[in-house]
Amino acid sequence: MQINGAQMVIEALIAEGVDTVFGYPGGAIMNVYDEIYKQNDFKHILTRHEQASVHAAEGYSKASGKVGVAMITSGPGFTNAVTGLADAYMDSIPLVVISGQVPMSLIGTDAFQEIDAVGISRSCTKHNYLVTDAKDLGRILKEAFHIASTGRPGPVHVDIPKDVTAQIAEFDYSLELNLETYKPHVKGNPRQIKKAMEAISKAKRPLFYLGGGIINADAAYEVRDLVHKTGIPAVETFMARGTLSHDDDLLISMLGMHGSYAANMAMSETDLVIGLGARFDDRVTGKLSEFAKNAGVIHVDIDPASISKLVNADYPIVGDVKNVVKEMLELSSEIKSEKYSSWRDTINQFDELHPLAYHEDTDRIKPQWVIERVGELLGDSANISTDVGQHQMWSAQFYPFTRPRQWISSGGLGTMGFGFPAAIGVKSACPEKISVNFTGDGSILMNCQELMTAVEQKLPVINIILNNNFLGMVRQWQTMFYDKRHSETDLSVQPDFVKLSEAFGGIGYRVKTKDEFDAALKDAVEKNIVAFIDVVVERMENVMPMVPSGGSLFNMMLLEKKEK
Amino acid sequence: MEASERRVISVIVVNEASVLSRITDLFSGRGYNITSLTVAPIPDSRYSRLTIVTSGSIRVIEQITKQLHKLIPVLRVYEHADLVEKEMALVKFPVTENITDISTLCEAYNGKIVNVGENVIIVMVADEPKRVDNFLQVIKRYNPKEIVRSGAVALER
Repeated sequence: MQINGAQMVIEALIAEGVDTVFGYPGGAIMNVYDEIYKQNDFKHILTRHEQASVHAAEGYSKASGKVGVAMITSGPGFTNAVTGLADAYMDSIPLVVISGQVPMSLIGTDAFQEIDAVGISRSCTKHNYLVTDAKDLGRILKEAFHIASTGRPGPVHVDIPKDVTAQIAEFDYSLELNLETYKPHVKGNPRQIKKAMEAISKAKRPLFYLGGGIINADAAYEVRDLVHKTGIPAVETFMARGTLSHDDDLLISMLGMHGSYAANMAMSETDLVIGLGARFDDRVTGKLSEFAKNAGVIHVDIDPASISKLVNADYPIVGDVKNVVKEMLELSSEIKSEKYSSWRDTINQFDELHPLAYHEDTDRIKPQWVIERVGELLGDSANISTDVGQHQMWSAQFYPFTRPRQWISSGGLGTMGFGFPAAIGVKSACPEKISVNFTGDGSILMNCQELMTAVEQKLPVINIILNNNFLGMVRQWQTMFYDKRHSETDLSVQPDFVKLSEAFGGIGYRVKTKDEFDAALKDAVEKNIVAFIDVVVERMENVMPMVPSGGSLFNMMLLEKKEK
Repeated sequence: MEASERRVISVIVVNEASVLSRITDLFSGRGYNITSLTVAPIPDSRYSRLTIVTSGSIRVIEQITKQLHKLIPVLRVYEHADLVEKEMALVKFPVTENITDISTLCEAYNGKIVNVGENVIIVMVADEPKRVDNFLQVIKRYNPKEIVRSGAVALER
């Protein structure tokens, strides 16, 4: 059929089964918005900033497993969205981000709201396109969705000049894709898998090292089977939280810079690391030369470039972690769970020696308590997103996750301002779950305009601000490594967060006691509208334990024991 | 510090707009080094071939080839072990220099005089990059006015 470029965009989104688009209109994308106005097949959510459009699409994608879609205009619309693209790229989130561009005749003339969008997005997307002819648009959009969602997922950016959205051409979305240069390796080499399983059966102290790739590949339940069948203990990365349920006996919590003592000691003592969809990030490994020093390494990853990038893999397996784990399951009968009982005992002793904990305070609320309390009160019924900082690490440490896709946080890029818009996306994807965003008094101000989006769209996100009047994580480093010179991290001058929420039509609570907190959370859940719960917490609390940057995992700074 | 090695890598890419910048952005963004780069379409195909001379530790070279291969328009990446490698150089000399000497030298390096003008002569040589280095060293005494090198092209034996 002959339609214009803007109509092609709509037809493609419908054909891809897109039900929600996050975006912000503007001059160069107006033709497409005119077509959005005319259709009823998908919902458009108007965020109040383009960065938030992309974060919301990320949250939507992380919670649902579908490709997130964001739509923005040229120039500043696009540059605002770049942080979201970079965030999605670092965390391998499948997105298609469509931007308007100035007309072809004006490209290169420094036209109004012109920027070299594909030039900018090249380094923070899996792939990108500048569409120069409407006859290519259908194919390009189809490729964009395919590339975003297959292999190692990631954001794909499609930049469409305004005249191309007006241009009429033939459109047929049933076309077959012919991407001969893009063929992700999804099936692991059977011989390598067999060798890896032999290595596991020979190991005395093997350890599963579970990464975010498991969540991306929807492989968490297969991984649970493999862990239980083998009886091998497992550590999770920050991105993998929820792979195993918090009450699983074989889960030793998170490892890395703010991982538990037991998890980091297990990693230091293991003789075989079984890495599944994890990329040996520097926040996980600490000092590389000391990381799992005496261990062999099995590394399963869909991205060949991740394998042996930082830690040499003795058993590299390129493939989709779901496929590979299924094959491992078939070969797992040789592995006898009893064999590892003393190893599990050793790890349990590590955990008893220094469990993840904090010191209660009778006068003031400890931030960790808030997270545990939300866990007690809401548990599985909530999806948890976070911003970036101390509150984020405490959430990863203390929330009782029960399932994959319950945990949505900015891991790789560490984007302050991610949490609230992401939570809006999460809520739109999973309306039946309560959407909680743990945030800090620093982070929340970075995208607080999204109050308007949440209010307008009736997406009742509960933002719990762990308010310590500090840019807490930086303050912690300044305290520990800069001789307490708290340079520009004191946030004593703050808005009234209650009034801020109310000004947008949400609800606000200022909480100073535990009872007040319980009451506020209960009220916010019942009222089911957008909320800011501003919790006054202990100012100088640190995230513990901690591996100082570049240090070895087994040299952790631990929570000081309290005198009895 | 791991030892840095010189490597020649060939990359076959779909011949489309902006593909070259995808390659060079990858190098600059990840802090890899490009010594030389040549590119031209492969006849009767929709592909182009790039020859990249680079250097780095074994780990860096491995990352270069893997990261290049991750780029969507990249069809194949060859990291050459045993190859025939050639590079061209054009050199401009004042016509007052000893043309016979220069001409003889050029012949020794697979070259010849390609242009003789009123004031200058231009010669070309085509040889292994190391030998081109040698040639440029040797001809210094004839006061070359301008030198241009092509970057290497290579084929596996």
